Amino acid sequence: MDDFTKLFWQLDGTTKTSEKIAALEKYFKNAEAADAAWAVFFLTGQRIRRLIGTKLLREWATEEAQISDWLFEDCYDRVGDLAETISLLLPSAEVDLTTPLHSLIQDKLLPMRELTVGEQRRWVLELWDQMSQPQIFVLGKLMTGAFRVGVSKQLVIRALSAYSGVESTVLAHRLSGSWNPSTKFFEQLINPESSETPASKPYPFFLANPLKDGPEKELKEPQNWCAEWKWDGIRAQVIRRADETFIWSRGEELVTEQFPEIADCASQLPNGTVIDGEIVGWCQGESRPLPFSQLQRRLGRKRLGKKLLTEVPVALLAFDLLEKDGTDCREHSLEQRQADLAKLLIGLSTETQEGQSLFPNPEPDSQEPAIRVAPPVSESPLMTWEAMANCRTRAKELRAEGLMLKRAGSIYQVGRPAGLWWKWKVDPFTIDAVLVYAQRGHGRRASLYTDYTFAVWKENELVPFAKAYSGLSDAEFRKVDAFIRKNTKEKFGPIRSVTPQLVFELAFENIQPSSRHKSGIAVRFPRISRWRHDKSAGEADRLETILSLASDE
Amino acid sequence: MQTELLKPTDRGLYCPAGNFYVDAWKSVDRNIITHAHADHARMGSKSYLAAKEGEQVLRTRLGSDAQIEFQRYGEPVSVNGVKVTLYPAGHILGSAQIRIEKGGYVIVVSGDYKREADSTCTAYESIRCHTFVTESTFGLPIYRWPNPEKVFEQINAWWRSNQEVGKASLLLAYSLGKAQRVLAGIDSSIGPIYTHGAVEKLNESYRNSGISLPSTTYVGEVDAKQTDWTKALIIAPPSVMGGSWIRRFGKLSSALASGWMQIRGTRRRRGLDSGFILSDHVDWQGLIRSIEETESQSVWVTHGYAEVVARSLVERGIDARTIETEFQGELLEQQSEASQTEEATDG
Repeated sequence: MDDFTKLFWQLDGTTKTSEKIAALEKYFKNAEAADAAWAVFFLTGQRIRRLIGTKLLREWATEEAQISDWLFEDCYDRVGDLAETISLLLPSAEVDLTTPLHSLIQDKLLPMRELTVGEQRRWVLELWDQMSQPQIFVLGKLMTGAFRVGVSKQLVIRALSAYSGVESTVLAHRLSGSWNPSTKFFEQLINPESSETPASKPYPFFLANPLKDGPEKELKEPQNWCAEWKWDGIRAQVIRRADETFIWSRGEELVTEQFPEIADCASQLPNGTVIDGEIVGWCQGESRPLPFSQLQRRLGRKRLGKKLLTEVPVALLAFDLLEKDGTDCREHSLEQRQADLAKLLIGLSTETQEGQSLFPNPEPDSQEPAIRVAPPVSESPLMTWEAMANCRTRAKELRAEGLMLKRAGSIYQVGRPAGLWWKWKVDPFTIDAVLVYAQRGHGRRASLYTDYTFAVWKENELVPFAKAYSGLSDAEFRKVDAFIRKNTKEKFGPIRSVTPQLVFELAFENIQPSSRHKSGIAVRFPRISRWRHDKSAGEADRLETILSLASDE
Repeated sequence: MQTELLKPTDRGLYCPAGNFYVDAWKSVDRNIITHAHADHARMGSKSYLAAKEGEQVLRTRLGSDAQIEFQRYGEPVSVNGVKVTLYPAGHILGSAQIRIEKGGYVIVVSGDYKREADSTCTAYESIRCHTFVTESTFGLPIYRWPNPEKVFEQINAWWRSNQEVGKASLLLAYSLGKAQRVLAGIDSSIGPIYTHGAVEKLNESYRNSGISLPSTTYVGEVDAKQTDWTKALIIAPPSVMGGSWIRRFGKLSSALASGWMQIRGTRRRRGLDSGFILSDHVDWQGLIRSIEETESQSVWVTHGYAEVVARSLVERGIDARTIETEFQGELLEQQSEASQTEEATDG
């Protein structure tokens, strides 16, 4: 625990990649394999299932610190991080707890799940009692969620590669999917020899970079690029191996259970098949997917009701083939992979293997299989950027986010390397809105007012319609922060209402009607695109304007 | 009676009976100063009263023309029939609590103060009073200062490890008070120590006041290209970060010595390599203890987390209220920026 805590503070204390890698490498070199396995687990963004609700942890910490609830809240508001707040409020030990990381987790934390609340409290207080302030903080992070310490999975992989000599793509593959942090796992992870792959293992996703200045400038010759729709859904990998089906989301979560239509269709695929695509909601007979908000209804549910399955059926729009006949084909050309994919999917039927349709189907002829080749942008190849740009303007009609541009002849890479895959999104909607409420940010921005609520005019009233946290520079945030402090009208707990004066241009991707919002609309991915110093509050947009943008939904 | 002895006004705390202000932020006839930091000692008043210990420092700040009467700690002076006595506040050299007494009623204005050991100024003294006016810069229980000796050890270790990798050590500290406290606390045998002009000017004032500091060299006095900075500790005000002044040192590691460094987010946002938790203000525990020791019946809270502290005191059964200052509560960003600007103009 003390070595891991030290590593955490080293990583936290530097912004330099080289120093982070050096610290990680040194840690892996000295750590026991069992501890290193857990370190990799946490630093790659995985978390253990919630042991104790944060409400209880707050409650216990408040009692131990002998302060009032409101004072705990004020402190939390200032610090912006629950684990850190707790660590700063508790009386801490001067010495470090030396229990190894894996014993702490396996013997002290995981078993807590089986305990009564009273026993859990006793265990937690005992740990707090034996730990120094930095350790209490790290313990809080272990218990409540993933670390955000400026370390990406890619960085951990680089450090592991530097330490073990195993290639980073091999490490990425071994680290994808779900695994158990154990001595055995870590030893296999860094073993240059071992190569066995469990059936469920996905490939690391190949991700696209955003195209900023338009393709002419960055991509040059149009004939070297293939255009696809960029669908607004959930990126997923469907794996069929050893008579089993696995569906992985891009967050490397196993989501097989959530999409039974796709899993069922995948059972017709030959063993040794891995397909990359986008899961969308799509009703039979329709020419475009359902809005993303409909698909969202399918997520994060324990049980899928019949009604939901009927209202929001899903499909995998397949666009790449990563494994064919049990062989990794990522090194084949894009065209080759897509041709093989099309061949593979041609034979799929809408019938299940048992010969029964999963859903009662009134018009059998119009049914398409749940896994299908993604509809093309155009029937004929697009030879000019102009032709592509014309297609791109149709994206919103198809509820797509824009175009994907993929380099002809390219291989399927790992992560987000520059140059081969680009996402060329349609321009976002923009609206000029007035800042009306503000709240402090979290983490790095905990002491500044950086979380804003924006309003637009409805008759003579400003109606809040969106929150945004990003898009301004640190210097701009400081200026807005100073304005907020001087122009606070009222405080409601951590929220301040602000004299409506500052106008910002907000960009967002999509508009949905919403009964939960006072404005009657919900916008997707709102962010601040710029500060309109030139506009006064009265010149901000009206709600009708936003509604007219939404009219095509 | 007590309500008339001292009252908050838009110029600062005012004593009508004695016709004087404490730390007025506008020009007044008679201004009693708790300490020489810019948000407390403003130029432009006709006459001042301040602690003798801080004479050199206050002169550096207010100039030689200012009309200042200096008084020793514990020696009362009558101002229009009001008994005024200055007591040490332990904040910086010459910092004072102002004890105001008339008709048997006593009010103490704390100014800024701390309870941790500091060899560069006289230690805080508890004074019993009826009304205590306290600062609350760090008035949240998350602020709990580590032992300063340990912090100096951390600074020493950081300096040594920078030497090992061939980097200059740039330590940011407010030029009045913090810089000198750091100088007196660190191990000066580790390497040469250089200072920014703003710091060096105040080092001079401290030395002239009889405070012993290790020897320092003003950066402007040496040829930057001929100097080996890799073994050096450089002490400068926080405002130098991001400017061209620091370029001369080549590879460097930067750190800030401040109570704000207790919070990870603040540390990270500053973009510094390290942060050392060293404050010249009271932490939460020190604040509550100090208030209790005054045995006062009523407490006025200002400068910082006034609302939080007042509410907590009321919960403890102490009559407490907040008073406004020009520096509105909890403005740590502006406060630090204000002192930075001030220090930047000091050069």
